[in-house]
Amino acid sequence: MAAPWQQGLFWILAVVIAVSAIRVVTTRNVIHAALYLVGTLMGAAGLYMLLVAEFVAWVQVLVYVGAVVVLMLFGLMLTRAPIGKGEFDNDQRPLAALCALAVFGVTSWILIDSFGDKKIDFGGNIRSTTGDVGMMIFRDFVLPFEVVSVLLLAALVGAVVIARRDPQ
Amino acid sequence: MPVVFFLVLSALLFSIGVYGVLARQHAVLVLLSIELMLNAVNVNLVAFSAYLQNAGLGGQVFALFVIAVAAAEVGIGLAIVILIYRNRASVDLDDMALMKW
Repeated sequence: MAAPWQQGLFWILAVVIAVSAIRVVTTRNVIHAALYLVGTLMGAAGLYMLLVAEFVAWVQVLVYVGAVVVLMLFGLMLTRAPIGKGEFDNDQRPLAALCALAVFGVTSWILIDSFGDKKIDFGGNIRSTTGDVGMMIFRDFVLPFEVVSVLLLAALVGAVVIARRDPQ
Repeated sequence: MPVVFFLVLSALLFSIGVYGVLARQHAVLVLLSIELMLNAVNVNLVAFSAYLQNAGLGGQVFALFVIAVAAAEVGIGLAIVILIYRNRASVDLDDMALMKW
């Protein structure tokens, strides 16, 4: 039972996501690639909103758009990428396109075959899920949560150690 | 709304990421394509979480974990890219054949 505005919003977001994702992997300008990634990530955040996962949507906006893309832009600028007319694709582009098409064909065929007639029931009682997600994390997933926090700390320390200039 | 819309969209996003990883030569652009693939997984997880409403919200929690791990991966990946750039003055993946057998 989906309202027409939900269908319409889905198709708008799907077009935004697909077009900007294709531009991410085809554009000749590295900065534009990172900025098109913002389009894809914001579209995905819109999809999460549509699926009543507003906490995931805002985490996506904060962490991905706010931190990861900025980090990527730092990386692009620190490596002094030739901005503009650079050639960033290697010579196996047709093979890569074939491979991606094969992946898309097989996975979407399997998905349509198994879930073709299943529907998401939005129901009448759409309500916030943030509280439930919090309960779930701190009741059922406490150990994975702590492991992820240790992983983040280790990754942070590791990144500093790797990227630091040697003192001598 | 059919759940398969979301699933096929995420399959499309994933295969665009596969294309980017295979066809790009610049290390940071490959990292961007990996982000596309991780996002495809997140869309899938959240769609299934909405579809399997009675089974709790494990899908959303796992999407949050994927986002956290992706942030860690980007930090480490960019540190490695910057180190390689400092040592070799290039981030072209075809130049990084030192460990190729």
